[in-house]
Amino acid sequence: MLRLIGKRLLLLIPTLFGLSVLLFLWVRSLPGGPATALLGDKATPEAVARVNAAYGFDKPLVEQYFQYMGRILSGDFGSSLLTNRPVLEEFAARFPATLELSAFAIVFAVALGIPLGYWAARHVGRWQDQLAVLLSLMGVVVPVFFLAFILKWVFAVQLGWLPPDGRQNPRIDATHYTNFFVWDGLITGEFDAAFDAFTHLVLPGIALGTIPLAIIARITRASVLEVQNADYVRTAKAKGLAPNLIRNRFVMRNAMLPVITTLGLQLGLLISGAVLTETVFAFNGIGSFLWDAIFNLDFPVLQGFIIFIALIYSLINLVVDVSYGLIDPRVRVS
Amino acid sequence: MSFTPRRRRLSAVTAAAAAAALLLSSCAQSQRDDSGDNGDSGSESSVDGNFIFAASSDPKSLDPAFASDGESFRVSRQIFEGLVGVEPGTADPAPLLAESWESSEDGLTHEFTLKEGVKFHDGTDFNAEAVCANFDRWYNFEGIQQSETQAYYYGKLFRGFSDSPDTAVYKSCEATDEGTATVTLNQPFAGFIASLSLPAFAMQSPAAMEEHGADEASGTAEAPELTEYARAHPTGTGPYKFDSWAVGQDIKLSSFDDYWGEKGQVTNITFRVIDDPVARRQSLEAGQIDGYDLVSPADVGSLADAGYNIVNREPFTILYLGMNQEVEELKDLKVRQAISYAIDKDALIRQTLPEGTKKAVTFIPDMVNGYTEDVEKYEYDPEKAKQLLAEAGYEDGFTVDFNYPTGVSRPYMPTPEQVFSNLSGQLAEVGIKVNAKPEKWSPDYLDRVQGSANHGIHLLGWTGDYNDTDNFVGVFFGGEKPEFGFNDPDLFEALNEARQVPNLEEQTPMYEEINKQVSELAPAVPLAHPAPSLAFAERVESYPASPVNDEVFNQIKLSE
Repeated sequence: MLRLIGKRLLLLIPTLFGLSVLLFLWVRSLPGGPATALLGDKATPEAVARVNAAYGFDKPLVEQYFQYMGRILSGDFGSSLLTNRPVLEEFAARFPATLELSAFAIVFAVALGIPLGYWAARHVGRWQDQLAVLLSLMGVVVPVFFLAFILKWVFAVQLGWLPPDGRQNPRIDATHYTNFFVWDGLITGEFDAAFDAFTHLVLPGIALGTIPLAIIARITRASVLEVQNADYVRTAKAKGLAPNLIRNRFVMRNAMLPVITTLGLQLGLLISGAVLTETVFAFNGIGSFLWDAIFNLDFPVLQGFIIFIALIYSLINLVVDVSYGLIDPRVRVS
Repeated sequence: MSFTPRRRRLSAVTAAAAAAALLLSSCAQSQRDDSGDNGDSGSESSVDGNFIFAASSDPKSLDPAFASDGESFRVSRQIFEGLVGVEPGTADPAPLLAESWESSEDGLTHEFTLKEGVKFHDGTDFNAEAVCANFDRWYNFEGIQQSETQAYYYGKLFRGFSDSPDTAVYKSCEATDEGTATVTLNQPFAGFIASLSLPAFAMQSPAAMEEHGADEASGTAEAPELTEYARAHPTGTGPYKFDSWAVGQDIKLSSFDDYWGEKGQVTNITFRVIDDPVARRQSLEAGQIDGYDLVSPADVGSLADAGYNIVNREPFTILYLGMNQEVEELKDLKVRQAISYAIDKDALIRQTLPEGTKKAVTFIPDMVNGYTEDVEKYEYDPEKAKQLLAEAGYEDGFTVDFNYPTGVSRPYMPTPEQVFSNLSGQLAEVGIKVNAKPEKWSPDYLDRVQGSANHGIHLLGWTGDYNDTDNFVGVFFGGEKPEFGFNDPDLFEALNEARQVPNLEEQTPMYEEINKQVSELAPAVPLAHPAPSLAFAERVESYPASPVNDEVFNQIKLSE
């Protein structure tokens, strides 16, 4: 197991190196250049030239790359052109928000998706199954931003049940240590703040979690259908084992393997969903910030954030691979 | 100069204020009656002093000397005050931290008599030494601090720093006594007093700047980094002091107990960052915020119907249709005049621009010194336009590129796409066909229009900073620019000369002349002065809307 983890971690090095080269070249070949983004609409061409010279955007690419790598390796990702703050600081301030949101979304997706899929499989061919399939199809085809917009309009603007945007009601005096707002509220004992932060997660979390929910439900259904007709399940039934035991130990445990693979992939995809969701709900995470960075060609932020995201994505996949071993002893052996 | 419009405006303001005061006192009365058994609240009225305003982005910097964007200035105006303020509802300078000033005949020496008993938020005294420390600080900016992304306004207006004394406007500052500061300039600068009303020239506590390293510039990497002072310790004399800034989330301010002036009903301000305009509107509708700026014209009607308070600023903007004279047809004055005659500005305003928008005759709003209507007005006249086109040899019209930005909303142009389709329809009436050339605002559109000759007619505009013709016309036509593609040394020279005249009496007629000159040249069609709108929750009874955004929240009146 440790060898597996070590090997996977080593693989990260060439992956990230390749990514850094691609990013570097891509970002610098974009039209327009960073100076205009930096100076805004009152800039003169002379000013643009001056900024290019001052920031080294006019140096040869190779030279720029080595400088850039040198700084990255020493932990200096530069500062955002938009906010003039260090990229690392921006990431640290915003990532907890996205993580909190993603956690809500994935818990929502798993907690509803797996039972829905199982329920459909148990009633295969009947109306329950067709309803579940229809629901999950709708979940996949409705674009995230549209769903976000509708949820917000209905539940926040029209009904007023849940807050329309942000992470915390500014009228609540909350203390923040870790930038995980729900967690902060719990550890400081400010339960009203924790609850408030949680209510702010609900709508964006549902919007973000709907596609993974639909996919997980479909995979669970297919997988359960396959497993429940397997020989060992039939044998177990023939042995007269209790139905609950059969479901938990034989059917679900085996059926979960493809679901976990899907889950790992979906976790990575949540970031791209978060860009849209966070923008609609003015949720201050890395998604909405990345969106601004793309639109304003904020080079250092794009370079830094994409590398961090790639790193996190790789680590998530590592965790998923390791968890196979925990669920399926056969993987451990091989 | 005519005084009537201003007086009328002033009396309107006074009347509104009186009405608000009346309303307010009756409200306060009734609330006091209601809360009879809760006598220890002590405050004058029991309104909720928490005021939440949606900002479209984080400020760039809390150190206003290094900022030039609206969101930074919005926050700065609460924390800081300058020597010079703005007369409410106008763009004219008014006393603020300086109670009065006297300028020498030659325009080189300015003596400021300072308000007494003013304290910075860190408890230090505001005095002549602090004034000079601020002037000297700006003058001594070096390296990256001088760049356009940093000390934009100082560089632009004072045209030089201590390492370039030849061009610098500023010479020295002397603290004659505790309450008198004398600023000496190298060359006359008629806009000097008016420009000091910009937040970029607000007075900051020298002690706090020293303690928190306001001038420890670090810009070795690809971008300059905010100093500790600019992130977490802005210290001024204004009615609100800084509490916290959670990046991307909100900025919190609270009343400064030792403020010299009126503290107002708003005791705590939260600027929430909501970058999506639709989200700002929905947040107001859901009761999460008390107000937001730059309401889209399409939302104004429905918000007003739903009971929200819509406030329009006096327009201090200009939207124009630029004509690039690098284009063969547009080089001909007759063609440019024809385009000017072909445009029905009233129809354009009615159909695409917000309520309160004024029709433009020149490139400056009517409250700016040097405004005159005694210019070539090009009143809508399609027949004349056709005739001029025929005279220029284009009986059958011609085709020209029409560049416009998409997906952007500026204070002077909320919906460029609509302005484009309206104008292209009007031009077609006289036989001018357009090739639509839409582009993303930044950097594509701006690069093309301002940085290259490769464009035709185009939409652009400006929001003024303070009362000065040069701040409008000088920016557009003060030198040869790819945007307009013409070289007129007479006009450039006239603008340069007017800028250096030491007093307004002499300067105003020069600018009137320049406005006439520009009209005759027709380098662009001044279309309109759009009025930006703000929307507020019902409890906001009045908001100190200002054409130059000089809006301090201690002036806000709340009803609950």
